[in-house]
Amino acid sequence: MGDGFGGGPASPGVLNPKAEIRKPKEIRKPKEIRKPKAEAASKLGRDMSTPQTDRAVADGFAVRRATRPAWAVLGERALEVLIYLCGISAIVFVLGIFFFVFKEAFPILGNKQFSLSQFLFSEQWHPTSELNKRYGVLAMIAGTFSVTALAMVIAVPFGLGAAIYLSEFCSGRVKETLKVVIELLAAIPSVVWGFIGLTVMSRLIVKYTGAPVGVNVLNGGIILALMSVPIIVSIGEDALKAVPDSYREAGLALGATRWQLVWRVLLPAGKTGLLAAVLLGVGRGVGETMAVLMATGHAVHIPHSPFDSVRTLTANIAAELGEAPANSDHYQVLFLTGVLLFLMTFVVNLAADLIVRGIRRK
Amino acid sequence: MSTAAQIVVQDLRLAYGHKEVLHGISFDIRRNEIFGVIGPAQSGKTSLLRCLNRTIDFTPDTRVTGSVLVDGEDVRQTRNVFALRRKIGMVAPLPVGLPMSIYDNVAFAPRCAGMSRKSELDGIVEQCLRQGALWDEVKDRLDSLGTKLSGGQQQRLTIARALSHQPEILCLDEFSIAIDPVTTMRIEDVLKELRRNMTIILVTNLTQQARRLADRTLFLWKGAIVELDRSEVIFSDHPGNRQTYEYVNGIFG
Ligand SMILES: Nc1ncnc2c1ncn2[C@@H]1O[C@H](COP(=O)(O)OP(=O)(O)O)[C@@H](O)[C@H]1O
Ligand SMILES: [Mg+2]
Repeated sequence: MGDGFGGGPASPGVLNPKAEIRKPKEIRKPKEIRKPKAEAASKLGRDMSTPQTDRAVADGFAVRRATRPAWAVLGERALEVLIYLCGISAIVFVLGIFFFVFKEAFPILGNKQFSLSQFLFSEQWHPTSELNKRYGVLAMIAGTFSVTALAMVIAVPFGLGAAIYLSEFCSGRVKETLKVVIELLAAIPSVVWGFIGLTVMSRLIVKYTGAPVGVNVLNGGIILALMSVPIIVSIGEDALKAVPDSYREAGLALGATRWQLVWRVLLPAGKTGLLAAVLLGVGRGVGETMAVLMATGHAVHIPHSPFDSVRTLTANIAAELGEAPANSDHYQVLFLTGVLLFLMTFVVNLAADLIVRGIRRK
Repeated sequence: MSTAAQIVVQDLRLAYGHKEVLHGISFDIRRNEIFGVIGPAQSGKTSLLRCLNRTIDFTPDTRVTGSVLVDGEDVRQTRNVFALRRKIGMVAPLPVGLPMSIYDNVAFAPRCAGMSRKSELDGIVEQCLRQGALWDEVKDRLDSLGTKLSGGQQQRLTIARALSHQPEILCLDEFSIAIDPVTTMRIEDVLKELRRNMTIILVTNLTQQARRLADRTLFLWKGAIVELDRSEVIFSDHPGNRQTYEYVNGIFG
């Protein structure tokens, strides 16, 4: 056996000189490939263009060095500015929305009859009472939380399971069909889901659980889950699709079964994307209005079981804003509820961001 | 070196869709030899390896005929494909550090095979990382991410990982394509050690590497065998086939 780079087999013939010449090239090759892709590509481009130009010059052709026309350069600039504006506009819109919602709500904070602690910690909501006005949204916070939590308990395992199935266990016709159906499911308007909750689901719940009313936390939770699942599935599937195939091949070549591969490689590798999928589902749960308005029974009441009717923050705003006289206390409190929702989603997103960052760093 | 054939490939044909890329090749690989496979890009070297451990199964629309016997058992009829894959260690051209800690990377295969005792796993991890010539560099940070290692270290990690399930056969597919010459030499030394207790299939685009390491070398071209012989013959001035001489000496196409 040869040892070291120059070593060849102990053949009687001398080493071929050409083989010697080839060697440095072989040694250089790995290093070049290790360079970042873009750099390598640009280098490649340069290397390829230079000799051609040289040859053309040598052959006596007049060669114009390629320069990009002014409009192309300017166009690129303009595009850059446009994209920058698009990016900035997102921030402008968010701040703008927050500002206007807050502006409508602000006067109530200076009102002597209004107390913020009552708003947050009282479950009494009597905005239209003549004698004893009460603006406590605790029951509705509880309503939002209970419905969202139940929806997530149902939707997350289902959604992630379906995403895993779609991306890892099925292929071809079945996969295409399922994806189309799931996208269709995501496109059903929430009012239609509300109908289903109000009629079909509520009847089923009364029939099979014996609950006195069919519109309750359970109903809203199931409806919300049905609405969140398509989102979780499609984003979760994208997240798994983004895991490089080389991981799959490496894992399977090590003797992992499909399940072991999913559990030990794909879920850890896709966790940021999967978390994003779950959080968008949560976002939908917190923010959804119409369907829960119709499916949860609209009772201001801290729920003690899934069969209690509740009212959510969003449903409350939707139902009452139309009746509240503009700039009345009631109206302002509803806007304050909007601010509260805004802060809640902000906290959820922030938490998500921190979690994702924590995961990334690990 | 015993001359018993450990792997027998008979009339192996492989087609991706309508495109046949291996045209009925037959050869055998002996126990404990380093078996070099050389040939230009696209000649079917990787595809050949993927037929051995049946990772070809994951590419849809492929057709394989003929047979590959490993220790007398036809891989396509094997009852336990997971056990087969654990019998064959596979190192890919570009290092694929799985997105987990260095320790978990190496412990992955034993864990999949059902091993969970910490002390046992610790032992395997250390032994394999030592065999992969990586232990000294990473022993203090076994729980940091495997993907954060340098390219050369990651490639040694994948070798350590391929050894973690105690394979009888180790396949290396152009392992040095993304690493520097010094690391390449270190790994080549590792391979010389390893050959004592396993069969090594060394697919390489560096003909000199096969010349340095392989006992026998197969020259594969466009899915057909041009020549298979002892490396002394393949790399001599008078191999059995003129094409071999031209390819090895860089005259070829
Ligand atoms: N997944 C695939 N689908 C279709 N064709 C493939 C696939 N993988 C490889 N091939 C084809 O098979 C031939 C051999 O490829 P490969 O085995 O990768 O060669 P090598 O490793 O020698 O470069 C090539 O023509 C390549 O285009
Ligand atoms: Mg290849």
